[in-house]
Amino acid sequence: MGLIWEGIRNAVLLMFSGYSEVWEITLLSLQVSLLATGISLIIGLPLGTWLALGQFKGRHFFLSVINTGMALPPVVVGLWVSILLWRSGPLGDLHLIYTPAAMVIAQTIIAAPMVTGLTVIALQQLNPRLRLQLLGLGASHTQMILALWKQARLPLLAALMAGFGAVISEVGASMMVGGNILHQTRVLTTAIVLETGKGEFAMAMALGFILLFLAYLVNATLTWIQQRDVQR
Amino acid sequence: MKRYSTLWYVISLLLVAAIGLAACSQATTQNTPAPAATGGSPTAIVRTSAKDLILSTTTSTQDSGLLDVLIPAFQQASGYTVKTASVGSGQALKMGQDCNADVLLVHSPTDEKTFMDAGYGSDRRLVMHNDFIVVGPKADPANVQATHSAVEAFTAINNAKAPFISRGDKSGTNSKELALWKAVNITPAGDWYQQSGQGMGATLKIANEKNAYTLTDRATYLATRDNLDSLVIVLEGDNNLLNVYHVILVNPAKCTKLNVDGAKAFADYVVSAEGQALIGKFGVDKYGQALFTPDAGKTDADLGLK
Repeated sequence: MGLIWEGIRNAVLLMFSGYSEVWEITLLSLQVSLLATGISLIIGLPLGTWLALGQFKGRHFFLSVINTGMALPPVVVGLWVSILLWRSGPLGDLHLIYTPAAMVIAQTIIAAPMVTGLTVIALQQLNPRLRLQLLGLGASHTQMILALWKQARLPLLAALMAGFGAVISEVGASMMVGGNILHQTRVLTTAIVLETGKGEFAMAMALGFILLFLAYLVNATLTWIQQRDVQR
Repeated sequence: MKRYSTLWYVISLLLVAAIGLAACSQATTQNTPAPAATGGSPTAIVRTSAKDLILSTTTSTQDSGLLDVLIPAFQQASGYTVKTASVGSGQALKMGQDCNADVLLVHSPTDEKTFMDAGYGSDRRLVMHNDFIVVGPKADPANVQATHSAVEAFTAINNAKAPFISRGDKSGTNSKELALWKAVNITPAGDWYQQSGQGMGATLKIANEKNAYTLTDRATYLATRDNLDSLVIVLEGDNNLLNVYHVILVNPAKCTKLNVDGAKAFADYVVSAEGQALIGKFGVDKYGQALFTPDAGKTDADLGLK
């Protein structure tokens, strides 16, 4: 128990003492995960919409592949991306291994199937006649899509929060493709593994609390957006 | 109601599968050694019976593959089940201090002395040694191959500001590296000096990708050499680079829940003729040379250590 209280106290002290290494690590975590979630949204929202509303052969198969993607172990994604980005790999000349860019790539691969799959469900659970009604009222294709998105914003925002949650908390892929290099690719999760490995459990707990607090801030914002104007 | 019964069917199927798998794995783990827990939190490893003992050791003994030979042999000979926590020496010693391990196999002599002086260990015996080597890019920008000692090599790397990857994780290897920098009064700083905060295998991979130098133990290097296409040994053979392993029994006077007999059995085994023979033979068929030199019965002074 003592370790937990010490952890909370140290977390608060760390955040406000301006200990620059902790700020650096926290900022990088936020940057990498927010960027990965953003890119997943840009990929996932249109792709999910197309899968939900489109009629084409192989739609079922494609959908089941996306849903399987939600169960991809992050460390396996890390392994595949590493193999691609190592100098001995096909994309080795891009020199992306052990950079934050590589971490963004790996985290996007983890989050995108989640955002896509949940977008599909979000749109599929809307009344199918809504689509026809919108078109009947003279909406253009784009206007219809936008209206459907607005109508499904509760589950869509939940999809975003699920995607963000998956990447801010993952450590396997970040460790493998990032390398946990100080001042370059160390993020909160990999730093926690390091501090635990050093036997510095109090520091590890403090970093853990900072991570939780960060995740809370982002999700509190998204929840506020989600729950605005909701009739209860 | 048809919709709901399908849902219940799926849920109960998943539950049964989960319980079935758990039951199966319980049955099999009675007969197989527990898997190593790398970098895990110490409280994740629990003694479930009097026949369990917790060994806290370093990543180098795991990464080199020695434990995969030594542990099963010990378990066979003694009937104990070893739960290995393969962590950095820093965490291994801390686990001993917190009474979360029964016996330690570590290679950080300075930190071990502090540990013993504080009374956390009741017995410390020399087991084996191997050596550290400096590896680096074939092109050797800092011209380390022209140097003849570790301290000269480190000075050269610092002067050339050549990329160097440090473990940065309070491990035995890291302690040796920091001691070498201290010996030449250099505090490495700058973009060229990078800290990976990871185990030796991962750090070697990073050095390989970045064409950087690093200090590594010979065993891990040999074991992973096939995956390191651009690293070569640039310095070896310095007496300063001896990497010595001791087995330490955690002090039962300071901890109440230790498996004292199991710990003693393990320590006795690794210094016994059988254990030492296994250590001495390890690596010969695969690498053409033994990865560790057995040293039981010798003192630190015999190896030239203070």
